[in-house]
Amino acid sequence: MDALTSQQVTFKIFRFNEETDYLPFYNTYTLEVTHEEVVLDILNRIKWDHDGSLSYRRSCRHGICGICSIKINGKAILACKSRLFDLIKIFGTDLTIEPLSTKRVIKDLIIDKKDFWEKHAHVNPYLVSDIVEEPTSEHLVSPHDAEKLNEADYCIQCGACHYSCPALAINEQFIGPAAFAAAYRFSADVRDEGALKRLHIVNQEAEGVWDCVKCMECAEACPKDVNPIEKITKLHNMIFEANIAKNNVATRHAVGFAHSITKHGLLDEGELVRYSEGNIGVMKHIPEAIAMFKNGKIVMPWNMPKSKNLDEIKKLVKSSSTVKF
Amino acid sequence: MEKLRYALYTGCTARESTPELLKSTLAIADKLGIELVLLDEASCCGASHLQDYDDFLSLVLNARNICYAEKLGLTMVTICNTCQLNTAMTKHRLDTNPELKAKVNAKLAEVGLEYKGTSEVTHFLYALVQDFGLEKLAKMVKVPLSHFNIAPFYGCHNIRPSELQNLSNGGENPYNPTSLDDLIIACGGVNVDYAEKNKCCGFHAELQSPHTAAVLTGNAIAGAMDANADWMVTPCPLCHLKLDVQHHAASKAIGRDVKLPVLHMPQMVGLALGCTPAELGLNHHVTKVDFV
Ligand code: SF4
Ligand code: SF4
Ligand code: SF4
Ligand code: FES
Repeated sequence: MDALTSQQVTFKIFRFNEETDYLPFYNTYTLEVTHEEVVLDILNRIKWDHDGSLSYRRSCRHGICGICSIKINGKAILACKSRLFDLIKIFGTDLTIEPLSTKRVIKDLIIDKKDFWEKHAHVNPYLVSDIVEEPTSEHLVSPHDAEKLNEADYCIQCGACHYSCPALAINEQFIGPAAFAAAYRFSADVRDEGALKRLHIVNQEAEGVWDCVKCMECAEACPKDVNPIEKITKLHNMIFEANIAKNNVATRHAVGFAHSITKHGLLDEGELVRYSEGNIGVMKHIPEAIAMFKNGKIVMPWNMPKSKNLDEIKKLVKSSSTVKF
Repeated sequence: MEKLRYALYTGCTARESTPELLKSTLAIADKLGIELVLLDEASCCGASHLQDYDDFLSLVLNARNICYAEKLGLTMVTICNTCQLNTAMTKHRLDTNPELKAKVNAKLAEVGLEYKGTSEVTHFLYALVQDFGLEKLAKMVKVPLSHFNIAPFYGCHNIRPSELQNLSNGGENPYNPTSLDDLIIACGGVNVDYAEKNKCCGFHAELQSPHTAAVLTGNAIAGAMDANADWMVTPCPLCHLKLDVQHHAASKAIGRDVKLPVLHMPQMVGLALGCTPAELGLNHHVTKVDFV
């Protein structure tokens, strides 16, 4: 059978004009789309053939300026890079086109990315270095050193990850995946001398890396494979390595795993909560602990299971640990 | 068909706060004729928090766990999404980076082990869907769950990042996953669709960021309730703990009373296969499972 070269698709498009509309609404168009078309082609066709007032951003048409990011059925995409046929494979032929954030719409698919840029600026996203005013040669970075950036420098600031992050949607202080990736990008650069200051910024409670829920949405959303959550993990590591981790519930929660594994091989869940929260903080968990206890969900210290060959684990923890707290 | 055999990595939760998960896993394996060999030597996977503290140590420990499955010559199955993530991530990083693998193996040699990369790592859900087969499972159903609207809750770490997870989950798309829906249908139940089914439950930030975590939990349960679900089902014990135990905090955070029974994936399958509530440990839930 020949592969389909065109398919009929129904598009529901989010419409809202901050200046004239009280509530947003959706326009529906049914169009024949070809296997070569990307979402931006469809937006152009709707604008040019049906409704000239439809507003969206586009510029490079090459997946590099980062301006055309929108959401299709909840998935953040670059309109100029995403083929319709790939989206149909995931969602079928009913597609809803929305702005990256419906909370921040100026008009239709255009949003105000102010919060994104503020967060970005907040992490000092530039090389901090004493430069020689009149250098005699170039500042060469070896391929080996360049690899340390782990492709964090591929970010095009499209905001796809930022507006897919659930932690940020709930807690507006949270710096968010794109700015964290930028913080990592410059801190991992061998020419940079501003890492410590940046690490202090991302180490703050409520806004820093500790409030990430580890949902991996940012890794999934990024059209450039920047993998922000991987960079967030690296920032955690760098905070411990730089010895600036504060003694708080978040850091103790990470360190507590190492203690527990050394002792039992397995995680002592109750002890982890006590160690992380401290003897006073742990009190607030008592009601749920009682409910769990009643239902046989709490293992008493004397019944704590242990891994077989625990001596191997102890030995490895000793020989393979790379940080101290 | 040859009998399916796997090395079972239980993770910590199934041995502690969700004993019903281990119980029901073993119960349905028995009914389905799947042999699970327990990896009693294994340690905790680090749950992506040890990874934040000491990445190298977490690689060594996870590699050691996989070594024991390799010794048995079996695929490792996990019953916790986060175990799946951290174990599969370790495997992927070692299999694609010979230098790192050599460094890890130098440590493992101290205890007489070697990570080779010969065992696959997959979640039990995908072992059922792909290896056992849903058609075969549907034929074994004794008590179809046809009275129930069931809300699948996938949990992040089985479906994201897809680049990694697709190596073992048969190409599930994280924006529109289907495995758990298909399993519900195979059990005779009615799967309900809701926006939060592939979203985060908040578990991993519960201590550090309780409000964020509670809102996510609340949204998930509310989404399932609004879709008319009678109960939820999840392949992850951490999601389970969050949804089953934390509904008070979740209700408070979103300003609306939310609560639904939440079953572990093998408990649902077990009900359909005719296991008794006691065999499935249904008495261990905080939100009472009152429909059986
Ligand atoms: S992994 Fe963390 S930073 Fe990335 S989207 Fe989820 S909460 Fe946000
Ligand atoms: S990290 Fe990726 S998704 Fe996030 S802003 Fe940069 S390019 Fe876009
Ligand atoms: S995710 Fe939890 S249960 Fe699974 S091994 Fe890790 S700590 Fe243990
Ligand atoms: S138009 Fe520039 S990235 Fe799409």
